[in-house]
Amino acid sequence: MAGSIPQIIEKYESRDKGNLIQILQDVQRAEGYIPGVAVDYISSHLWISRSEIFGVASFYSQFKFNPPGRHSIKMCLGTACHVQGGDFLLHALKSEIGISPNETTEDGRFDLERVACLGCCALAPVVMIDDVIFSNMSVIKLKDTLNQYE
Amino acid sequence: MNDFLALRKRALEEWQQLEHSPEPVIYIGMGSCGIASGAGRIWDRTREIIQRKKISAKLMKVGCIGPCYLEPLVDIQKPGLPRMSFNNVDEKRLEKLIPDYLLNGSAKLKPIGHLGVNSEILNGVKSIWDQPMLRKQERIVLRNCGIIDPESLNHYLAREGFSGMVKAFDLGAEIVIEEIKLAGLRGRGGAGFPTHIKWQLCREARGSSKYLICNADEGDPGAFMNRSLMEGDPFALLEGMIIAAFAIGAQLGYIYIRAEYPLAIQRLRNAIAQLHKNGLLGKDILNSGFTFDIRIKEGAGAFVCGEETALIASIEGRRGMPRSRPPYPASSGLNGCPTNINNVETLATVPAILRDGAGKFASIGTEKSKGTKTFALVGKVRRTGLIEIPMGTSLREIIYDIGGGSRKAFKAVQTGGPSGGCLSKDFLDLPVDYESLAGAGSIMGSGGLIVMDEDTCMVDVAKYFLKFTSQESCGKCTPCRIGTRQMVELLEKITGGDAEHDDLQKLKEIADTVKKGSLCGLGQTAPNPVLTTLKYFIDEYNEHVEKNRCPAAVCRDLVEYTVIKEKCTGCQRCVEVCPTGAITGPRSEPHFLDLEKCIKCRACYEICRFDAIAGDAIIIE
Repeated sequence: MAGSIPQIIEKYESRDKGNLIQILQDVQRAEGYIPGVAVDYISSHLWISRSEIFGVASFYSQFKFNPPGRHSIKMCLGTACHVQGGDFLLHALKSEIGISPNETTEDGRFDLERVACLGCCALAPVVMIDDVIFSNMSVIKLKDTLNQYE
Repeated sequence: MNDFLALRKRALEEWQQLEHSPEPVIYIGMGSCGIASGAGRIWDRTREIIQRKKISAKLMKVGCIGPCYLEPLVDIQKPGLPRMSFNNVDEKRLEKLIPDYLLNGSAKLKPIGHLGVNSEILNGVKSIWDQPMLRKQERIVLRNCGIIDPESLNHYLAREGFSGMVKAFDLGAEIVIEEIKLAGLRGRGGAGFPTHIKWQLCREARGSSKYLICNADEGDPGAFMNRSLMEGDPFALLEGMIIAAFAIGAQLGYIYIRAEYPLAIQRLRNAIAQLHKNGLLGKDILNSGFTFDIRIKEGAGAFVCGEETALIASIEGRRGMPRSRPPYPASSGLNGCPTNINNVETLATVPAILRDGAGKFASIGTEKSKGTKTFALVGKVRRTGLIEIPMGTSLREIIYDIGGGSRKAFKAVQTGGPSGGCLSKDFLDLPVDYESLAGAGSIMGSGGLIVMDEDTCMVDVAKYFLKFTSQESCGKCTPCRIGTRQMVELLEKITGGDAEHDDLQKLKEIADTVKKGSLCGLGQTAPNPVLTTLKYFIDEYNEHVEKNRCPAAVCRDLVEYTVIKEKCTGCQRCVEVCPTGAITGPRSEPHFLDLEKCIKCRACYEICRFDAIAGDAIIIE
């Protein structure tokens, strides 16, 4: 895995700080999160300190520092989803899989994240699992939906 | 310009061929929302059906026409007839619909409308524009959405695409800005600053290079206008950007777009590549001597990056924190160069203004707010979706005539996202324009309209928005960082049933301080949801504070669920669905709900077909 990180980073011009966010995005796309070793590579490639990289990465909600689960659940908590009961759904989801947002289940099956808006407000509330959006979700549908994922 | 005429001719031919296609054409709405309601499966299934039944037909992807509650939408065009729109097509319906309509001549499923000449009634089917949701709309920005294939430059060209740009090149930069001024175009991102002033300032600013940035970081939760627009008509945005860049003299443009919008990003990338291939972007566009290129920058999830100086910091690869202004980006922005930043909708409106003339645009709307505005109409309303209406349309027309009202009693409408406010039913006749909304304590914002009914708790809504802004506060200035946090804590106290009476006074004072003392727009507007709910829904606050009661039965600590014995048939559906085993009881006998075990997830409440579960507001002693 770590072998691909230098390749990703070297596609970008060295010492051009402006590409930092894009590099982080590419690393996360490949690895699912930002491993510490990637930060070392980026630091020496762009000539910026590790703390500065962490500063930028931790500012944006997209970046994760822990390995993700096999399936990623994104619970939309945009306004429309909230009004349509998104909060109740999150509560049920948490008790169903036993983790809180930004955590991964012990068996590595799911990780959970709350997002501000997936832009499908007319179909609220929505839950995204990996790349699939489930619309008009309800506490009742939740169990069956989760059972589709191993 | 000969090149352009040749391009256009080719495009028109292709469009004509499609409209008069000798074989049927099936159009499927494939925006993110369509896909979320199953359009992807419908697409695969359609292909499979026409192969299996040996039907010769063409399949075409289109964007979103707006009425999300009708998704998935499938349009079928038979030779000699216009496109017929079929709504809520699931796989089962599709299986019948395609052979019935294409082989047997008529389908049991009635189309919701046709896309032919508006006034015509064909085989008893009215135009889709006659649907209550669409009738009062006026489509300028969204005119291509759902009509053309968003991945086809030819489709866009055939619908007069890029004629605005060609006209702009003829008129020259100064007159283009003058046209925008005459049209009265104001920023569609929220604040409504006159676009022509921004452009003029950037044009006059000195600098060897200048930048144009399109702000596509649509961060307001509850809003998806820009996503739909970029997915449904990406070329309109790009044409608008070229015109804007030409007017201000920029050589490079960026689209700063949310990473959560993968489909929009993909369609924009495709559109940019096609423009390059056809000489409509890059070096010396159409031999006009004007050179301009566009790059895409994916945002990484920070609401504050909607603020222009924060957005610039983010493009430069830094933490997206705002700085104090002046200097304004128009004189010193990206990399220290003059930079002009406009919202997606503002830029996508520009081609229409140039193409049809400023006068036509200015004839729509109110005295100070010209043209149309798109809104995402969502929440507790019957017909949800994306709409475009003339400025000045009343909230009542939007919510009732277009949206069909809410099923339960209407309580409030929220405009402007976390920076906006909640307006009560007293404001239903308020015309939607920049000044009227600001006068009522809300803002136009980018276009989210969230309808709330009696099941919505306004204190909970205020808490929701403040939680959002406190999490998204970048932490640079104290009033915003600490003030939003303090407001959340107070609201939690109120919704938890622990409030004292002077907490409301404290809340108001903090809200006023954060509004006055914050550095950027995020902090300055963050208290709006609190201030407007305090102003228009004070009774609900008082009920929480004085009686520890949540009238809408939303605030978890103030609600208790019970089984109504008289209504319970003992069907056991709730027993099966309860995640904690809190409900027990034998079949055919009223069930029992153990309050100790209940986690208030509401699953039983949702599944019960006999209204036998009551979620009652309780009073904590």
